[in-house]
Amino acid sequence: MDKYSDLRKIASKLRTDIIEMLREAKSGHPGGSLSACEVLTALYFKEMRVDPNNPEWPDRDRFVLSKGHGAPVLYAALAEKGFFPKEELMKLRKTGAMLQGHPDMKGTPGVDMTTGSLGQGLAAANGMALAGKLDKKDYRVYALIGDGEAQEGIIWEAAMLAAHYKLDNLTVFMDHNRLQIDGLNKEVMNIEPIDEKFRAFGWHVINIDGHSFEDIFNALEEAKNTKGKPTMIIANTVKGKGVSFMENQAGWHGKAPSEEEAKKAIGEIGGVING
Amino acid sequence: MANMIATRDAYGEALKELGGICEDIVVLDADLSGSTKTSVFKKEYPHRFFNVGIAEQNLIGTAAGLATAGKIPFASTFAVFAAGRAFEIIRNSVAYPKLNVKIAATHAGLTVGEDGATHQALEDISLMRSLPNMVVLCPADAVETKKCIYKAAEYKGPVYIRLGRSKVPVIFDESYEFEIGKGVQLKEGSDITIIAAGVMVAKALEAAERLEKEGISARVINMPTIKPIDKDIIIKAAKETRGIVTAEEHSIIGGLGSAVAEVLSENYPAHMVRIGTMDTFGESGDAEELMEKYGLSVGNIVDKSKKLLSK
Repeated sequence: MDKYSDLRKIASKLRTDIIEMLREAKSGHPGGSLSACEVLTALYFKEMRVDPNNPEWPDRDRFVLSKGHGAPVLYAALAEKGFFPKEELMKLRKTGAMLQGHPDMKGTPGVDMTTGSLGQGLAAANGMALAGKLDKKDYRVYALIGDGEAQEGIIWEAAMLAAHYKLDNLTVFMDHNRLQIDGLNKEVMNIEPIDEKFRAFGWHVINIDGHSFEDIFNALEEAKNTKGKPTMIIANTVKGKGVSFMENQAGWHGKAPSEEEAKKAIGEIGGVING
Repeated sequence: MANMIATRDAYGEALKELGGICEDIVVLDADLSGSTKTSVFKKEYPHRFFNVGIAEQNLIGTAAGLATAGKIPFASTFAVFAAGRAFEIIRNSVAYPKLNVKIAATHAGLTVGEDGATHQALEDISLMRSLPNMVVLCPADAVETKKCIYKAAEYKGPVYIRLGRSKVPVIFDESYEFEIGKGVQLKEGSDITIIAAGVMVAKALEAAERLEKEGISARVINMPTIKPIDKDIIIKAAKETRGIVTAEEHSIIGGLGSAVAEVLSENYPAHMVRIGTMDTFGESGDAEELMEKYGLSVGNIVDKSKKLLSK
């Protein structure tokens, strides 16, 4: 028996939604959305304490998509969870639509922080975690950063702060798919050894396969049991995961699939084409 | 001689008072708490004070996160670093989501003095004024500063408060009422109007006295809210006097002078002259000497007013 079969189905649904949204929008970021599907599925459909009927519930767990260009996977997860109707997904990026190109907390139920300019989400997540400590609340704060995003200076300012203030209520995933717009991280600006860097900054660091639910839940458990320091889960992932012609291709960072490509992609994902 | 208090000192006092009234007030600083006077709050409420180290981007980003969880963060550093270095974080993480973050920036303008051009913000109002959702305040003295800080805390949304390093004369008494978005006429006058903000308000009052002695009746308007600007008081002054002089410790590009010019040109075109730094950086020196050198002086307000009236 596959104990994660239900979650796997949800992850496939999210992938299908991502492809369809981007096909409709004719622009957006498929690669880094597809690589984060298991992490978002694990968080929103098992781990996080959230209520779609009360998106601003003060005691909810928070999620900050610091790599805001991964908006499609967040929107797909929020819609699947019931924060807003699924029809909204097909209006992504269109004039007057609720779903902006990058997450907008004021316009979209369930979005905990406005992001899009890289690096800023981690600082905001720190603020949420500080507030949680101050108010003696037991909510947890989660964030997802990109690997290329770690080239931003503010990431390291924030990394210092999280360790300094012992934010053990903060768990951050790095979607380590090794690619950014201009190519491989190591060719654009090497970030390695990224695990050692965060460790040296005072974080508890866990390396996992970011597409393995087993790995993700084990790491989340370890993070909750880690006291006195924040946890960085380096999720080793495949950019464009699930779509053969998108996998490991920097060219699919910020390009929408055509009708034909979308059909092929959804066929591979095993999803059902909605329209 | 009037009592002299720096607006940053009044800020520290106001924070301390507010901290006792409202549990949600939190204060962040970037290693300048002694200078910005947030140390006064820190001493009283250490658990609600967060030093982020020398990291201004993170200062604002962290404040934004605290605001999402219902806190009322006051984030402080020097104006150059707050409005300048952290500009894009303010834009995307505070102004765009309209988060309840108060940015209290001290050491604005030439009165920084000896530290020189790198530390003298002369474009911060221009930067902050251009951001949607941002309220921009520039109090003139210690009394007004305290009232500004209280109103900023009550107001829901981003506020930028511009404060100074040097001691400035106290011109208001405790009965003074401050309201966001309202200019205040400090002196009646029928020939010319001087609209000033911050440290230039006291100088405008002095200039008006001198003009009076020369037979020129000068109205003085204090404009503590640069955004949203009080259009009515500006248009009224343009209608009732023969010209408008603006005075600010800021570049003539993008600050109070520009805001007044925008109102006048679209509503009631009038002769005007802007006093401020003339598209230049500052330099090291004694604060008052620098103010003289760069034309931010009583004498220059008098001269420019007379010149404007002779047009």
